[in-house]
Amino acid sequence: MTTPLVQVEDLTIDFGTVRAVDRLSFTLEAGAALGVVGESGSGKSASASALLGLHRGTGARVTGTVRVAGTDVGAADDAELRRLRGAKAAMVFQDPLSSLDPYYTVGDQIAEVYRVHNSVSRRAARARAVEVLDRVGIPDAARRARSRPHEFSGGMRQRALIAMALACEPRLIVADEPTTALDVTVQAQILDLLHDLRRETGMGLLLVTHDVGVAAESVDDVLVMQHGRAVERGPVAEVLGAPRQPYTRELLASVPRVDEKRAGVPGPRTATEAGPLIEAVGLRREFGRGAGRVTAVDGVSLTVHAGETLGIVGESGSGKTTLGRMLVRLIDPTAGRLRYGGTDIGSLPERELRPFRRELQMVFQDPVASLNPRRSIGESVADPLRAAGETDEARIRDRVRELLERVGLDAGRYERHPHEFSGGQRQRIGIARVLAAEPKLIVCDEPVSALDVTTQAQVISLLAELQRELGIGLVFIAHDLAVVRQVSDRVAVMRQGRIVEQGVADDVYGSPRDPYTRQLLAAVPALDPVRAAARRAARRELAAA
Amino acid sequence: MTGFLLRRLGGAVFVLLSLTVVLYAVFYVAPGDVAQIACGPRCSPAQVAQVTAQLRLDDPVYTQYLHFLQGIVAGRDFSTGTGVEHCSAPCLGVSYQSDQQVMRLILTKLPVTGSLVIGAFALWILLGVGTGVLSAWRRGRITERLLTWLTLAGTATPVFVIGLLLIIIFCSTLQWLPSPTYVPFTENPEQWAWGLLLPWVSLALIESAKYARLTRSSMLETLAEDHVRTFRAYGVSERGIIGRHALRGALAPVIALSALDFGTMFGGAVLTESLFGIPGIGRELVHAVKVVDLPVVVGMVLVTGFFVVLANAVADMLYALADRRVVLS
Amino acid sequence: MSEALLVQEAGAAPAAAPASGARQFWRRLRAQRAATVAAAVVLLLFLAALAAPLLAALAGQDPDTYHPGLVDSAAGGVPVGSFGGISADHWFGVEPQTGRDLFARVVYGARVSLGVAVVATVLQVTIGVTVGLAAALGSRLLDQVLSRITDINVALPLMVIALGLLAIVPSSFPRPVLIALVIGGINWAGTSKIVRAQALALKSLDFVSAARLSGRGRWSIARRELLPSLAAPVITYAALLFPVNITVEAALSFLGVGIKPPTPSWGQMLTEADTWYQSAPTYLLLPAGLLFVTVLALTVLGEGVRTALDPRAASRLRIGTGREERQERTKERAS
Repeated sequence: MTTPLVQVEDLTIDFGTVRAVDRLSFTLEAGAALGVVGESGSGKSASASALLGLHRGTGARVTGTVRVAGTDVGAADDAELRRLRGAKAAMVFQDPLSSLDPYYTVGDQIAEVYRVHNSVSRRAARARAVEVLDRVGIPDAARRARSRPHEFSGGMRQRALIAMALACEPRLIVADEPTTALDVTVQAQILDLLHDLRRETGMGLLLVTHDVGVAAESVDDVLVMQHGRAVERGPVAEVLGAPRQPYTRELLASVPRVDEKRAGVPGPRTATEAGPLIEAVGLRREFGRGAGRVTAVDGVSLTVHAGETLGIVGESGSGKTTLGRMLVRLIDPTAGRLRYGGTDIGSLPERELRPFRRELQMVFQDPVASLNPRRSIGESVADPLRAAGETDEARIRDRVRELLERVGLDAGRYERHPHEFSGGQRQRIGIARVLAAEPKLIVCDEPVSALDVTTQAQVISLLAELQRELGIGLVFIAHDLAVVRQVSDRVAVMRQGRIVEQGVADDVYGSPRDPYTRQLLAAVPALDPVRAAARRAARRELAAA
Repeated sequence: MTGFLLRRLGGAVFVLLSLTVVLYAVFYVAPGDVAQIACGPRCSPAQVAQVTAQLRLDDPVYTQYLHFLQGIVAGRDFSTGTGVEHCSAPCLGVSYQSDQQVMRLILTKLPVTGSLVIGAFALWILLGVGTGVLSAWRRGRITERLLTWLTLAGTATPVFVIGLLLIIIFCSTLQWLPSPTYVPFTENPEQWAWGLLLPWVSLALIESAKYARLTRSSMLETLAEDHVRTFRAYGVSERGIIGRHALRGALAPVIALSALDFGTMFGGAVLTESLFGIPGIGRELVHAVKVVDLPVVVGMVLVTGFFVVLANAVADMLYALADRRVVLS
Repeated sequence: MSEALLVQEAGAAPAAAPASGARQFWRRLRAQRAATVAAAVVLLLFLAALAAPLLAALAGQDPDTYHPGLVDSAAGGVPVGSFGGISADHWFGVEPQTGRDLFARVVYGARVSLGVAVVATVLQVTIGVTVGLAAALGSRLLDQVLSRITDINVALPLMVIALGLLAIVPSSFPRPVLIALVIGGINWAGTSKIVRAQALALKSLDFVSAARLSGRGRWSIARRELLPSLAAPVITYAALLFPVNITVEAALSFLGVGIKPPTPSWGQMLTEADTWYQSAPTYLLLPAGLLFVTVLALTVLGEGVRTALDPRAASRLRIGTGREERQERTKERAS
């Protein structure tokens, strides 16, 4: 019997009084792949860092034993630990931009790491850097090695980080949310790359992710964590196909599926008789001047009816956020018309826009930045009421309490400040503030992308409920194709400032016409490993075509 | 990049022009009898009348200013009563109290101030950056706490206080050094250095505190960044991280601040020069202020402003060169 | 100063840090030992300055009476007795040549030094906040104009301009007021740059967009959403400016163009002491030491204020990070 590549026993990590990881034990055989899945605060990243002894010197208390590739991480001295890091076990971090030094070229950084573990000349180390950059699929690697990180795209940076991990031929790669900051098509490429590398080099992989789909695509075994503890472990098909623990079942039930029809809605309800609530014709927005001018939104036309949800999907830089902000006139259109209730509000000056302001509302992405940290949440929610001229304090209070309860919050927390609430709760507060304005149209810009899946599901169902109740028009902007499908009657797919495809949700998802839409859909990770393999093959075909 | 540099340079020229307007307005338009002030208290009415004519003080304000500006750009002529004296291109006027062209006066003082600034500059960069690196490296230890307090004391001490103390200790109590006197480098390099030793040290001690803080805070900021975690996770030693990655992060701000301070100091290290009796631009200015020699005061303020604007522009450009992300974002 | 440097100097991360109420601020400030001691010293100095006539009366002295009998005119006016003539009557000794009581002169001097610095700082902050806010919130044109004016302000070398202005303003104008006006009027660019940068950063945050969507006006948004968040960086910067202003006043007086005799000021006492350091060292050490202690205490207090207002920036700068703050940081990492 061979010793496992990774052996973790009774690992406990405390940050001050907070216990991040609680008596975690697991093993990983050489060459195997384990996915650690959990929501934020589950301790999955802290556990991954412990494999390389990265908690040393940070004030965190680590107990239990961790053995990686023959090194006892807890007992090893600093020099021994350094020999483990990068050479035997290498880490790939989440945010590829901040994970590289902005001042040095990518090639130099990889060469530096290589020289730490191998006594070779600078020139040989650079050659090795070019070699691994080429291996991870960076075109013209010899030239690109001389570029600095900010000259790379997000996907290229993540490839460069993986190249750095490969440089010393480690036996284990620890990948901490390696694709979270990336677009779905790029995510698929990176996951495919990791898959291929593992097959070729036979190294072990420990993949930490919040996204069950990502794990399903890439690993053999999966370990579900919650509150610092292991909930369930087993082969990926078993755990995801027939979960035994209630938490795993809840987690899986919350994950939106891209291939399932929207639940509980009797088909699209496009109300045509009343005419559209808002209509955009040839909407266009440019930023910057002269040579630096970019067109963020390039001639977009769309309509939204009362009681209807229009989903807008697109990757980063597609212009979806700019479009959303133009719809509520937070950003002024450069050209095009925006008709609302018979008025072209696209070019109205701020003063004349006042009467329309409150009817067009927005739910923002970042639940931290969308509430003023220095004001109580009750005051924030009361804003639209006061702006509407309500002066009776008692009436304002009553109405705010009512709204807080409506979105599922305790009305008694009126005086509390935003930092006392969780991300999901803050998003509910944002929704309460929007409702206080009694809007006709709500634009939701990535309203759930900063939330865990279970919270995500709750916020989405709240939005759907409110829409049914109040008959408002909803524009739902997101990068996540599955989420959009679960909320939308109609869907618009955006790319480079244009809408490439628009139609009834089930039609767009069921039989996409535009090649870009097809590419997007093929890139969405599947929960079922068998189907994931099929998708991978489909992606290869699309790429080859 | 070139576009950025050109824009920055254009901005600097604009600020300089505005500076001449502001200075002219403040010094030549605001107070009462300019001619009397410029000429000095002992001037006879006839002399005052001559000054009035020279400065064209009877003309409308904007023509006066234009003549002032013309002097700076193209030079101008002054009648001295008996003849005409030409004051060439960057003409800042004539001191009526010392009968000297202001620009020539400044040019004779420039090498003196230069000697002081260049020596002190080299010292304070070495001392400041060195201290900063050391305290970032030994962070959380006793060395860092000690250095933190030393730099705090350094920022809290005015240069004339430390200078006075150094004079008392080394010149009068221990008598290790002669009282600081300025000897031109061309005359005797050894005496030049000995005479400037104390001024260099005083200035460097005070200035280096600022650099130590800047170096340390920039390095600590870099050390808290994600990419440092990457290199730790790849087995790079602490020394490698400090020396290669953290120091590189501190480079841009330190270079920019150096350019700024260097330029500003050239406009006269007023306090140091006054304290040690170094006959540079700063001491000359203090003298001019005390005797109210208006043309000299305005000329020196303008030259100093020129150095500051230049230093600002150079600092921004160096910052952009050292940290190209600034331009891109 | 280059913008990036300035923001770094004020430790100014976008001001949308978690709310820190006044109570939390005091608690964080008290958690730092050095800052607490510094605050006590500063308080003592201010009290002494305010109660200067009282303290002088208590010592039975005033700053202007000559005591020719207490100096040895044969030895050139050196105070009689050891340590500069310290005695039960004259707690800090007497001035050489004139024999004026140094204790009285020092406490009256504190009035001038602190008073000038307070007025100058208030002026700097007022102008800076107004210009910075107007630039950030006004039209594009206004921003351009104000930013250029700020650039020009930056190009005015403080000491040099102050020297120049002091030369031409008639001496009938009260000097302390003039010095405060000059310092405040020349050196506000830093504050305005920080306020502008912070206000622009805040303006781009979603909660300001949400306030716009609520239908609120521009000034209501500035008052309710921006100003409270700007308080932290502005207070921090002001706390760091204050000791600088004290030094500038002392420097001007030291050069002999600041506060004019007979009004006592620490800087001016230093100039006069310059010629006496061999025969009467106490006379020099007194104002030098006081200046050092005052500026040091104020600087330490300034750093403490910064730490208490923005623990995150302070932990980066590692200046007196209190116990509580370390715990907060660990918690942050855990979440």
